[in-house]
Amino acid sequence: MSSKNTYLTRIASYFNEIGALGSFVARFFKRFLFPPYELREVKKHLEELGVKTLPIVGTAGFITGLVLTLQSYPIMTKFGAEGFLPYMVSLSIIRELGPVITALIFAGRVSSGIGAELGSMRVTEQIDAMEVSAVDPFNFLVVTRVIATTIMLPILVVYVDFLAILGGFLGSILVMDTTWTLYINQVIDVVKFSDIIPGIGKNFFFGFIVGIVGSFKGYYADKGTEGVGKASTTSVVVSSLLIIIVDMILVKVTLLLWPPA
Amino acid sequence: MAPSLISITDLYKSFGDQKVLDGISLHVEEGENLVIFGRSGTGKSVLLKCMVGLMKPDKGTIVIDGKDVVSLSLKELNVLRKSISFLFQGAALYDSMSVKENLAFTLSKNSKFTKGEIIKKIDWALDSVSLLDSKEKMPSELSGGMRKRIGLARAIITQPKLILYDEPTTGLDPITTKEISKLIRDLQQQLHTTSVSVTHDLICAQIISDRNIVLKKGKIAVEGSIEDLMNAQDPFLKNFFGSEIIEHGDD
Repeated sequence: MSSKNTYLTRIASYFNEIGALGSFVARFFKRFLFPPYELREVKKHLEELGVKTLPIVGTAGFITGLVLTLQSYPIMTKFGAEGFLPYMVSLSIIRELGPVITALIFAGRVSSGIGAELGSMRVTEQIDAMEVSAVDPFNFLVVTRVIATTIMLPILVVYVDFLAILGGFLGSILVMDTTWTLYINQVIDVVKFSDIIPGIGKNFFFGFIVGIVGSFKGYYADKGTEGVGKASTTSVVVSSLLIIIVDMILVKVTLLLWPPA
Repeated sequence: MAPSLISITDLYKSFGDQKVLDGISLHVEEGENLVIFGRSGTGKSVLLKCMVGLMKPDKGTIVIDGKDVVSLSLKELNVLRKSISFLFQGAALYDSMSVKENLAFTLSKNSKFTKGEIIKKIDWALDSVSLLDSKEKMPSELSGGMRKRIGLARAIITQPKLILYDEPTTGLDPITTKEISKLIRDLQQQLHTTSVSVTHDLICAQIISDRNIVLKKGKIAVEGSIEDLMNAQDPFLKNFFGSEIIEHGDD
């Protein structure tokens, strides 16, 4: 009986959490639409997020392109389709791998950081101090971070896509006879506007998820250092899971809007 | 008799089944310095947080400067908050900002002071707590006593009518406790502020208080001067104050 109750309590708390996240999102849009706008704070977060994440996502993107080429080459050769390697690699990267890998790394790096930072501010009463000073902490801490992550992630994806294609080229010259001009012409030939826009566009959603989940977990962190750790860890878990779920939905929407020829 | 700056009537607050504030009524006159004593968990900090709207009481009214905190809209509450400062237990300095930025934060958000005027105010506030040379430091570079002083500078920079202190000397050695307490008293006299302080510390209370109350089980158990409380025959008060080492401030 007691284990059944525990199970029910867990389910109830799970739905409570979803409800709380929903009202947190609604509060974001309410604050986002009206002044004051903390543009200096947004700029500061954009610089911090961008600079700190560039090396790690760049490396991951380059290696993904390289490995994808090396792994795919033997299979494509089997079907006599090795000439299509640049097409396959570039489309995979631009449509799916670039956006999702960048978003997942961004979630690991940024969402946990936001969760820990705001969680620690909550625990040490810095958020209360801001509120008592008649400054809206939600606007200053949450809205600015969510705007920054939503803008920064699509920019990072363009950079990652480029490096991943470069990695793909390096992989190609290791396994087959090609040149940069030939490779890039093949990429330009196959990649269409309808591949680039959804690939980059969905990262506005992923960036929003990373910012809002990290902020939500940190803003409502429990008291104590344990609360800060929990906020940091659950930020990554929840935002990564949401990115994968939302990606699945957006892929379906993209295919409906731009059906494959 | 000075008019009341704070009038609290029949205040109740519970967390689940646990009654924290059980019908508290309290008046604080303008310019008065009230100290609230009580064992841990008796609702002292909750009372302070209700006074600035950080927590909402279940029942009762809190009128500060003629406005009922409980029924104010957020916008109206923020107007009232501009005349109140709160010194948190751990000072609650913003970690990502330097001392100078911590002090400038509220002024730059809530006032129309020019950059030059804000810098002058920062210098005045830091000079008042004798830490003018720490302007560029980050909170992580400060000792516990320095953090409290900077917290105090941040509290006075807006020249508020009312300052609320949540355990202003917790975690400090007796000498620093005396220094901070004297600083609080000097600033109270200099700026003519009203204050409400929550503390366990008799040294601090002896230096800063005009009147003291003791909370017990969510109610005001006794009220009076430090001497009244220490000489009381009530077993709880004897036990509470008897366990403290009394050390008079060398005024």
